[in-house]
Amino acid sequence: MTTLINSRDIDFLKEQARNVRVEILKMLTESGSGHTGGSLSAADIVTALYFYKMRHRPLEPKWKERDRFILSKGHAAPLLYAALALAGYFDKSLLSSLRKIGSPLQGHPSSKLLQGVEVSTGSLGQGLSVANGIALGLRLDRTPARVFCLLGDGEIQEGQVWEAAMTAAHYMLDNLCAIIDINGLQIDGRCSDIMKIEPIAAKWIAFGWHIFEIDGHNMEAIVNALDDAEKIKRKPSVILAKTIKGKGVSFFEDKVEYHGIVPTKEELELALKELGENGK
Amino acid sequence: MGSREQESRVQSPESRVKTQNSEPRTPDFFGQAVATRDAYGATLVELGKKNERIVVLDADLSGSTKTGKFAKIFPERFFNIGISEQDMVGTAGGLSLTGKIPFASTFAIFETGRAWEQIRQTICYSYLNVKLAATHSGITVGEDGASHQAVEDIALMRVVPNMTIIVPSDGFETKQVIEAVVDYEGPVYVRLGRAKVPAVMPADYRFRIGKAYVFNIGNDVNIIAAGIMVSAALEARDILSKEGIDTGVINMSTIKPLDTDTLLAVAEKSKLIVTAEEHSIIGGLGSAVSEFVSENHPVHVKRIGIKDIFGCSGSPKELLKLYGLTAEDIVKTVHEWKGK
Repeated sequence: MTTLINSRDIDFLKEQARNVRVEILKMLTESGSGHTGGSLSAADIVTALYFYKMRHRPLEPKWKERDRFILSKGHAAPLLYAALALAGYFDKSLLSSLRKIGSPLQGHPSSKLLQGVEVSTGSLGQGLSVANGIALGLRLDRTPARVFCLLGDGEIQEGQVWEAAMTAAHYMLDNLCAIIDINGLQIDGRCSDIMKIEPIAAKWIAFGWHIFEIDGHNMEAIVNALDDAEKIKRKPSVILAKTIKGKGVSFFEDKVEYHGIVPTKEELELALKELGENGK
Repeated sequence: MGSREQESRVQSPESRVKTQNSEPRTPDFFGQAVATRDAYGATLVELGKKNERIVVLDADLSGSTKTGKFAKIFPERFFNIGISEQDMVGTAGGLSLTGKIPFASTFAIFETGRAWEQIRQTICYSYLNVKLAATHSGITVGEDGASHQAVEDIALMRVVPNMTIIVPSDGFETKQVIEAVVDYEGPVYVRLGRAKVPAVMPADYRFRIGKAYVFNIGNDVNIIAAGIMVSAALEARDILSKEGIDTGVINMSTIKPLDTDTLLAVAEKSKLIVTAEEHSIIGGLGSAVSEFVSENHPVHVKRIGIKDIFGCSGSPKELLKLYGLTAEDIVKTVHEWKGK
């Protein structure tokens, strides 16, 4: 089994991120429901993980030494599905079955139904605990693999996230890297209006984590942070990635209402045009 | 589950009375009055020596749940997660994803109540190989009172798909249950107690997940019990049999999946089924039995259990009396049914 050839070429990664966004938009329009904004905001981060940082084997999804990715913000399922399909875990044609009866592409990811999904998520706040457990298990086995966990900024309102934050620091899980997709919005409005989560950086520092603060759409910054996190020893790392919800499609960007609304056919056409998908 | 060393020793169920409290301790807890949590803690240590995949988690109650013994001997495979049950359950899930066999322990109400949604979403929906072994179930928690007495835990676990629920009756059975769940791939809830319980299971008993143990089947009344209520059921049987009421006792230690073959055979013989559990009469063993017989072989069922109320402080013995969980209460229920 060959390892996926991952690349640090920034232009290649940017192009993959564009492809990921195109697939997200297409599948959401096709399904008629799903979470657009939060899938697009984290598209660059997840692209950098699957096409650069993570050691994984799409044709051998249970490879013991693989790096693990936990999508704690499970509603960004379309993003995970697009990344998995483009990486070669399953055929791209499956993406059009999103949320349809009988499809392995559930509204929120199900690990029992889809290869490449490590654990089922969707109820917020639970992924980081699972990531901790994996990190502990890998360390017990002296497996050099790393664990990545993507959380939303609204999600960190869940108390369990902070229980897990304590645990990761207590057990000095330096094989764990959390990434917070800080797009500033949640279903009911701006995070700052619904339930203030700032100061985010100070909170993670106080909980004993090493933090990286980056622009979550700057591919070079993402790649550098992922590399640097690997060098931090005896404590877990968190990448605080400032993002724009709906990023990549001008009329979705920073719009609360596009948390759980999908593009119409007309909007899809305009969106694909903006992403340079003319005539494809 | 496999051949075991004490296979040669065969005793009738009745011999339990004679061997009660006998010393010295046997390593398999046969014939000993012990708390099921003690049998659990000791068994974990023994299995930990043989199986490196076993890891144990606790939420700051390792002294009470008896996982502390494992922690002392295998500190690198023990994870105290602090007072955060939700995180403990999720972490156990993660460990299972690397091929470990995690036992996550705390008090039953915190494990099944506080972390219910983590159990549902992360463990059961993903079908993770996590063993939730909770102690301090039921009212025999005693003096700590209602806040610490889980009388709803079986109901909470029973509604979750993919969950297996086991309620051992004594130390001897507990040891076998813990061994069996290690070999079983999937989520399990094992319900353990704080108080010392009498030994009830015979020496030739071999636990199997999903298989009830039939002490005997009566032609009038059959008492289907679980956990500490098995000993009360046996006592009640002796009283009722002397009165000429042919009474049987079944230990339904696996509550999910229910042993429906045995249950059907019992229902066919019964004029009355009495269920007996140290749990709410809503959602536990009584409900499971009632649901099955009403759909498949309707027979009159009476449920002995906590009658939709909270517990309170007191000694275990006083509480069992107060909440109607004694042999006398079972006898009284049968008498009332007879008198109709």
